Amino acid sequence: MEFQLLIEQFLNGLQFGTMLFLMSAGLTLVFGVMGLINLAHGSFYMIGAFGAALFAEITGSFFIGLISSFIVAMFAGVITEILVIRKLYKKDHLDQVLATFALILIFSEGIRWLFGAYPLYLNIPAELNASVSLPLEIIYSKYRLLIIAIGILIAFFLYILTSKTLLGIRIKAGQNDREMISVLGVNIKTLYTIVFALGAALAGLSGALIGAIQSVEVGMGEPVLILAFVVIIIGGIGSIKGAFVGALLVGVTDTLGRFLLPELFKLFFDNADANLIGSSIASMSIYILMAIVLIFKPSGLFGERSA
Amino acid sequence: MMSEKKLNFLILIFLFLVPLFSILLNDIYITTLFSKIVILAIAGIGLNLILGYGGMVSFGHAAFFGLGGYITGILAFHFNNYEPIQILVFEFEGTNQLLFVWIFSLIFSSLLALFIGYFSLRTTGVYFIMITLAFAQMLYYFSISWPTYGGEDGLSLSLRNQIPFLNTMDPITFFYICYVWLIIAIIFVKFILNSPLGISLKASKENDDRVRSVGINPKKVKLISFMISGAITGLAGSLYADLNRFVSPTILSWQMSGEIMILVILGGMFRLYGPILGAFFYIILEQFLGGITENWQFWLGLIILLEVLYAKAGIMSFLIKDKYDDKTSS
Repeated sequence: MEFQLLIEQFLNGLQFGTMLFLMSAGLTLVFGVMGLINLAHGSFYMIGAFGAALFAEITGSFFIGLISSFIVAMFAGVITEILVIRKLYKKDHLDQVLATFALILIFSEGIRWLFGAYPLYLNIPAELNASVSLPLEIIYSKYRLLIIAIGILIAFFLYILTSKTLLGIRIKAGQNDREMISVLGVNIKTLYTIVFALGAALAGLSGALIGAIQSVEVGMGEPVLILAFVVIIIGGIGSIKGAFVGALLVGVTDTLGRFLLPELFKLFFDNADANLIGSSIASMSIYILMAIVLIFKPSGLFGERSA
Repeated sequence: MMSEKKLNFLILIFLFLVPLFSILLNDIYITTLFSKIVILAIAGIGLNLILGYGGMVSFGHAAFFGLGGYITGILAFHFNNYEPIQILVFEFEGTNQLLFVWIFSLIFSSLLALFIGYFSLRTTGVYFIMITLAFAQMLYYFSISWPTYGGEDGLSLSLRNQIPFLNTMDPITFFYICYVWLIIAIIFVKFILNSPLGISLKASKENDDRVRSVGINPKKVKLISFMISGAITGLAGSLYADLNRFVSPTILSWQMSGEIMILVILGGMFRLYGPILGAFFYIILEQFLGGITENWQFWLGLIILLEVLYAKAGIMSFLIKDKYDDKTSS
């Protein structure tokens, strides 16, 4: 039984990790390409979740809700980029932190204004709200498996997009030399808007996917945002591959840490103390992981240059 | 338009007179509100030393603010229930004497800053922002999951800690205690800035290599400044705990770090008194907007956004004109 539980926890970690990847992908692209620290990325996660809850309510279809989360967050991204973010690229990190912190306040209060202070619920359709049997007598939630599948699919899509398509080549070129690429006739402004909107849309989608497991409420994006920052710092800023590895590492460390550390400490302490110490350390584990990575590799696992 | 010196002097006089307004208007809440402003200003002065003068963007100063607060709360907690504090085999009595509480807060927050700074200063730029954030988050989650001192619910102090011959429960007395600490913080930071340490700190912000070439180790300079900054912010946290007679994980959260940072920038970096004006406008805005609309955070966000996009130099630059103006655009 222990073994099945361990695998189940591992899958939970994987699911958490792929969701974090959806959040981190946009964040790391926006930072890598435009050099922008975007604290408001968590707001798109929230906007996506609210968009999904709204459209799922209207149409009665969960899948239309998921698709609209992507679209709504993308539109919010385009508008934000044009109105505010565009003015921040040339400013220093401190200004970016402040301005996007202000955007969080604006988005959170705006949503509370529109939807009220109570959490909304986004219900998983019955056919997904079930368990499946996997080999080795493991029983696991269908919906969580779907999240893992979507995450891996999008990771693959982003890999193709950044390494095989013209858009990806332009993004990479913009990352290296933004003046040169605009001299070559690429409209850098539009390129930036596209990258930002894509990141926002992915954040929105992950917000909707998770909103269905938890609840859809104001302020849901910020805890995830901080985790996404941990992910891209561990993975190395600007690297999609780094974001993917970092996200899985963080997801699995956090989930397995909460499960295994209390067990580990039971070898040294009595039960109550072990649970206490284990769960306290587990709640810090990913930050410890990040600190260790930065101490040994100051620009992350796959970071090419220091920012 | 006036000189910076004159404005600084006016700020101090104004703050000194606050309890008088409070008595005249028969509203003691004003004094308590200004105690909060003064305390946040001290925290901001601490952060500004490394942020404005040293160019180190610490997004984790809530760690020091919160540690100061928790030390204050924990010492009082043990004093009240007569249980000694046990650390391994050592036992300590709790205390409610502010002088001891302050000394402990200063020592421990500077030690924490030494630890965090030692590792964080290996990185620069956005990695530095994020690693300081990560350390603060560690303490935040630790405080939530450790139940001895209230966990998520926080810890209440039944009475404020005491100083001989003074009644700290009296709002006006407590305000002046904070005021004296503000003056001490200003004088101390001014002294630091004019000392060889401060001068090399400012120089290392511009160019590390040149500082190294005259035989000064910039990392050591930054680390010592980081410790001093942490200690000042930690002391502010201690005062904050006594002001509210309550500590909770909120004061360790990343929003707290953001708030301290915002009031520094709102007031104007590179200026010693900037954080005081920043804290004043931030708290007054919060009170004022909170009074007229439930969605005050929306408007606060909008104001901060406009300030960052169009008036970077901070409030102090609106009020004065001087030689520093060219610096603020960098």
